Amino acid sequence: MMKPLLEVEDLRVRFHLRTGTVEAVRGVSFQLGRERLGIVGESGSGKSQTGRAILGLTPPPGEVTAKHLAFDGIDLQTASKRTLRQLRGGRISMVMQDPKYSLNPVMTIGEQIIEAYQAHAKASKAEARDKALAMLEAVKMRDPGRVFSLYPHEVSGGMGQRAMIAMMLVTDPDMLIADEPTSALDVTVSMEVLRILDELVSERGMSLIFISHDLKLVSSFCDRVLVMYAGRVVEELEAKNLREAKHPYTQGLMRCLPTLANDVRPLPTLNRDPSWAL
Amino acid sequence: MIDIQNLNVVYGMGRLRVDAVKNVSFTVKQGEAYGLVGESGSGKSTVLRAICGLAPVSGGRVIVDGNQVTTPRSKEFYRTAQMVFQDPYASLHPRHTVDRTLAEPLAIHSVKDAETRILQALKEVGLGPSFRFRYPHQLSGGQRQRIAIARALILRPKVLLLDEPTSALDASVQAEILNLLDDLRRQMGLTYILVSHDLAVVAHLCERLLVMRHGEAVEETSSGALRTGKASNEYTQSLIQASQGFTRNSSPAAA
Repeated sequence: MMKPLLEVEDLRVRFHLRTGTVEAVRGVSFQLGRERLGIVGESGSGKSQTGRAILGLTPPPGEVTAKHLAFDGIDLQTASKRTLRQLRGGRISMVMQDPKYSLNPVMTIGEQIIEAYQAHAKASKAEARDKALAMLEAVKMRDPGRVFSLYPHEVSGGMGQRAMIAMMLVTDPDMLIADEPTSALDVTVSMEVLRILDELVSERGMSLIFISHDLKLVSSFCDRVLVMYAGRVVEELEAKNLREAKHPYTQGLMRCLPTLANDVRPLPTLNRDPSWAL
Repeated sequence: MIDIQNLNVVYGMGRLRVDAVKNVSFTVKQGEAYGLVGESGSGKSTVLRAICGLAPVSGGRVIVDGNQVTTPRSKEFYRTAQMVFQDPYASLHPRHTVDRTLAEPLAIHSVKDAETRILQALKEVGLGPSFRFRYPHQLSGGQRQRIAIARALILRPKVLLLDEPTSALDASVQAEILNLLDDLRRQMGLTYILVSHDLAVVAHLCERLLVMRHGEAVEETSSGALRTGKASNEYTQSLIQASQGFTRNSSPAAA
C-alpha cells in the first residue's frame, strides 16, 4: 500500500459569530490515495467547508483545526504561506460550482489559463500559450483557438466549466478538488463535462475529491464515498456497495429520490433522528 | 382546461430576434398533471411564463378554463391560474412576514375573511399557525417553498403552474414537496403544468409530458412510456440515459 497522498485527521472548522460558535465540520478524518473520493451531503452538512479547509480557503472568521492535515508529507497547518501558495493551483487545484462566478470576467479564457500556468511554472509566454491551447483541446473544445480569445460571458455554462477544468489542470496537479462541478449545468451537458473530467483524471493518475449533493451521481462516478451529516462523516463505503448502506441517513437519502424504474407513492421522506447529529 | 395551439414567443426584432418558443401545441385536461421537460434554453419555462403573462404571446392562442387569455391578464385569470417559482429564496419578499405575503393576493382580489383563509392555507401546506408571523429568513428552504405554494393556493385556483419547484431544494426536502403537491392535486382536483429538467420528478408527478428542445416540441409522451424506456425520440432517450447517473465508457460517439 502506497503512502496516502492526503491525510486528514479530526478536521474541525468553526465560525465564531456574534450569536455563538458554529461548528461546520466536526472531526472529519480520511485518507486519500490515487483514487476518486466522493463527499456527499445535503446543504449545511459541511462538505464544501471540508474541501475548502484542505486548501486553506476557509473564509474569515472561520477557524480550522486538525490533529493532522498533511498533503504528500507536507504539514498543511504549519506550512508557510509561500509553500501553500505553491501547492494551491500547482499541486492541488479546485474546480468550483459555477463558472460564471469563478472565471475572471475581464480576462479572456486563454489569458487566464496562461496566468495560471505561469504562476507555477517557469515558462515563456509562447510556451504557456501552446500549453493553454493544448489544454483547451484536451477538454474537447471544438475550436481551441477561438475559445482562447473569448471572454467568459461569451461562452456557455458547459464551455465555461470546461475552460475552468482546463485552467485547473494545466499545472498537472496531483490532486483535484471538485466542488459541485456540474450542478450549475444541464443534465446532458454535465454528463459530457464529467466524462472529460473522468478521462483526464484517469489519464494523469490524479487523486480526486468530488463534492456533491447528488448521491446517485457520486456513486456512479467515484470509487469511495463519504456521507456527511451535520459536519460529521456518518458513513464511508465503496461506491459500488452503496445499496448496502447501513446508516439510516444514507438509506433515507437513497429512497427519497423519485426514480424512473419504480413508481413509489408517496415518496418516503427522511425522518431525521437527532442522534445522527451527535 | 388548458389548450395551447401553435404558441410562439419571440423576443427582440431584426438581427436580435430570438424565437424562444416555436409552434408549440398541447392540451391539458381538468385534474391532469402535464410536464414540460428539456435542457436550459429549450423554452420550457418560457411556455409557462407565456401562459401566465410574464412572456409575450407572439403567435397562436392560449385558452385557459374555456377563455382565451387577454393581455394584460385579467384578475379572473389569476383566480384561475397561479404560479410557483423555482427558488423560494428569491420569490418571497424578505421583509414581509408570512402573514403579509399570504394576505396580499387576498387584498388584491378583495377576498373577505383573510384571517381564516391564511390559517387554512398554512394548514393545507402542512405548516402550523406558529409560522404565520415569521420572516422568510426564519424558515428553511422547504418551508419557504411551502409558503410559496400556500400563496399560490390561497385564491383557490384551478391551475398551478410549477416552474422547477424542487430544483433548489435538497433531495429529502424535494420528496416532501413532491408528496405535498401530489396530495394537494388529489384533494383539490388541481390541474398542474410542471416544468423540470429532472425526468424522474416529472415522471413521478405527471401523467403526460412534452419534451422540448431549442424552443420546439420534440415529442409528447407519457410517464409510463418513460418508465418502460419506450420513448421513440433519440433526444428523449439521451435525457433518460443522462438521468440514470454517470456511466463510464458508454456512448463513445458523444466524445
